[in-house]
Amino acid sequence: MPLAVGKGRWERGVAWLDERLGLASIREFVAHKTVPVHSGTLWYYFGGVTLFLFMIQVATGILLLLYYRPTATEAYESVQFIMTRVQFGWLIRSIHSWSANLMILAAFIHMFSVVFLRAYRKPRELTWLSGVALLALALGFGFSGYLLPWNTISYFATKVGTDMAGSVPWAGPALARFLRGGDDVGGATLTRFFGFHVAVLPAVATALIGLHLMLVQRHGISSPPWIEKRFAASGGRVPQMRFFPNFFLREMMAWYAALGVLGCLAALFPWELGDKADPFASAPAGIRPEWYFLAPFYTLKLIPSHVGFMEGELLGLIGFGLLALGWVLLPFWATNRAGVERTRLVTGAGVVVVAYLATFSVLGYLK
Amino acid sequence: MRRAPIWLAVGLVPAALAAGPPKDSCVECHAALADELQKPALAFATDIHSQHGFSCADCHGGDRGADDAEIAMSAAHGFKGKPARKTVPQLCARCHSDVGLMRRYNPRERVDQYAEYQTSVHGKLIASGDEAAATCIDCHSVHDIRAVKDPLAPVHPLRLPETCSRCHSDAARMAKYKIPTNQFAEYRQSVHWEALAKRRDLSAPSCASCHGNHGATPPQVSSVAAVCGSCHAMMEDLYDKSPHHDVFAGMNLGGCVVCHSNHGVKMPSTAMLAGEGSVCKQCHEAGSAEGQIAAGMAGAITKLDSSLKSSDAVLTQAARSGMEVSEAVMKQQDGREALVKARVAVHTLDPAAVLKAADAGLAIAAETRRAGEAALKERDFRRLGLIFALIVIAVTIVGLWLAVRALERGAPPLEESGRR
Repeated sequence: MPLAVGKGRWERGVAWLDERLGLASIREFVAHKTVPVHSGTLWYYFGGVTLFLFMIQVATGILLLLYYRPTATEAYESVQFIMTRVQFGWLIRSIHSWSANLMILAAFIHMFSVVFLRAYRKPRELTWLSGVALLALALGFGFSGYLLPWNTISYFATKVGTDMAGSVPWAGPALARFLRGGDDVGGATLTRFFGFHVAVLPAVATALIGLHLMLVQRHGISSPPWIEKRFAASGGRVPQMRFFPNFFLREMMAWYAALGVLGCLAALFPWELGDKADPFASAPAGIRPEWYFLAPFYTLKLIPSHVGFMEGELLGLIGFGLLALGWVLLPFWATNRAGVERTRLVTGAGVVVVAYLATFSVLGYLK
Repeated sequence: MRRAPIWLAVGLVPAALAAGPPKDSCVECHAALADELQKPALAFATDIHSQHGFSCADCHGGDRGADDAEIAMSAAHGFKGKPARKTVPQLCARCHSDVGLMRRYNPRERVDQYAEYQTSVHGKLIASGDEAAATCIDCHSVHDIRAVKDPLAPVHPLRLPETCSRCHSDAARMAKYKIPTNQFAEYRQSVHWEALAKRRDLSAPSCASCHGNHGATPPQVSSVAAVCGSCHAMMEDLYDKSPHHDVFAGMNLGGCVVCHSNHGVKMPSTAMLAGEGSVCKQCHEAGSAEGQIAAGMAGAITKLDSSLKSSDAVLTQAARSGMEVSEAVMKQQDGREALVKARVAVHTLDPAAVLKAADAGLAIAAETRRAGEAALKERDFRRLGLIFALIVIAVTIVGLWLAVRALERGAPPLEESGRR
């Protein structure tokens, strides 16, 4: 139903928009949207924080694009120019780099909260799949963006990363060549990664975020089964708070807190630029990827060069591939054929994955 | 019959494979002997000549294929026994001066060692009948000769000074030649030794770099600057144009070594120009015009050095704070080059040349310091901005919290979930 037309300009303007956009139905939807209130409600904020950090990425990324030049001869100098000559360029670049890392951290926290709160259950399988795909895209953003300053560390980390991609059975060599735009990491790789980073990945990510948010709206926010049971036992339902304005204002507080953390990191620990990449120099000692790739990187280093008849790296990649596939398909094996949830198995798998990622990331960093 | 060549080939190939290296009865017999007669046979396995297929008989004569010692070491088979010391250089030169032969083993190997040796002090002494003088085997060893690049070779760059010192630090041995024996001790105090032994820089000068190897001779007074200039070309050029060149030549003094000494060359510093340890004081009074010029040059260099260090400290502090100062750090390199130029310009003895280089460096040091200070100022500004931003954020969060509390005061969460 269109809103009643008032006498003032504001009301007339709203009425004009309502007639064309159907604002009343949106207002109706927002007014009735609720969020469960229980001991785990805190974890609901991390999805929004991830989205907030993604929006910061988009905004700062667009600003960086005003000066960044994606060629092997100019990339480093253009980032150096941004950091030293452009007004607040250092802040934009530091926020972009720190925000990328915080976004991936927030996405990981969001994913594990979904696992431990059992939010992946029917009918939210597609929400889970789109979320995991978004995490993979975030890692892709990180991998492609890491090379763009064209400094020594990023150059050699990309070499290591694309070498690993080259070890993938059957399609590896073609995949590595596709990623590099040649036999080795060079100017063509930089241009290609830039294209992935600012065009391909954002387009796919925007579509997936839209799908993910639409599915969240479609199915609502899940309450953990034990909470539902507890309230059901007492004949009630899980208490809810209105999304707008109650949850929204709280989410704003989380966003401002994230902004404060981001500001501290950017101002106190500006993202270093390092030395310009020299393809003819030998790799510096202690080269390692970003923290979110450290666990698999360190694991691959621990695997012997040959295990039986198979190359160690290949075995590791196959192992990671199978584990990742199992993780992606979690909603489908978390319930048995009789419809009974494998609660302990999922919790155990979640704990093992968290413990593995934390331990091996720390070990990879220290060694 | 048409198959005969195939059968022949089939029979010969295994036979050839089974044949192995040619027989060497010298090594076989001497390896079974004891003490001095055994040592050469055992050592020869590591010798580069052995690895290239040469045998004892190639130097000592005789028949390596004969099982009978009498026949193998008979004059009829050209057995020469232990060569006399004075004949050793000629013996080695039979092969090492043969261009055609050496090309088979090492096309880049020089073949003029013997010709050079004959011009050396060692070679001349041997030719004069002094068998105590060094021959090839005294430096390269005998029976276990290794390539120069082999780290175990006594003539490997890292081991050469010690090899020379075996004779030249032996006071009894050098007594009859009336030459000092402290060269190695002095060299071990030098900047050259530090580069060679401590930094393992194989290009650092050792004995042979200045004296030559096969043609080893002390540099003449007139050629000292040229010897030093083979590495320090710019200094040689400036020295040749300086007033010292003609003065030292007139006094029959050996150029560079007058100030820097020879074997014990120290790291040059401004202390050589002014102060208690000044080498200028050897000839010039501190208060003289020349002494004041030296002090002025030292002052200019010291000022530039301390300015660059001061800029370095500021830039390091800025970099540690996460500030991007790589351009200024790079510029510091130009300042250090100016410092080197100022130090090198001392060899002109022209204070204007030193001041010109030092002033250029001081301008760079001032510029980089300004960049570092600006970075530190920017860092402080950022931190101030952060504090302001954090206050704004904190106030906003508190405001939101108060808004939430006001909103929910008396309005508990909904019992019904409504539309999700």
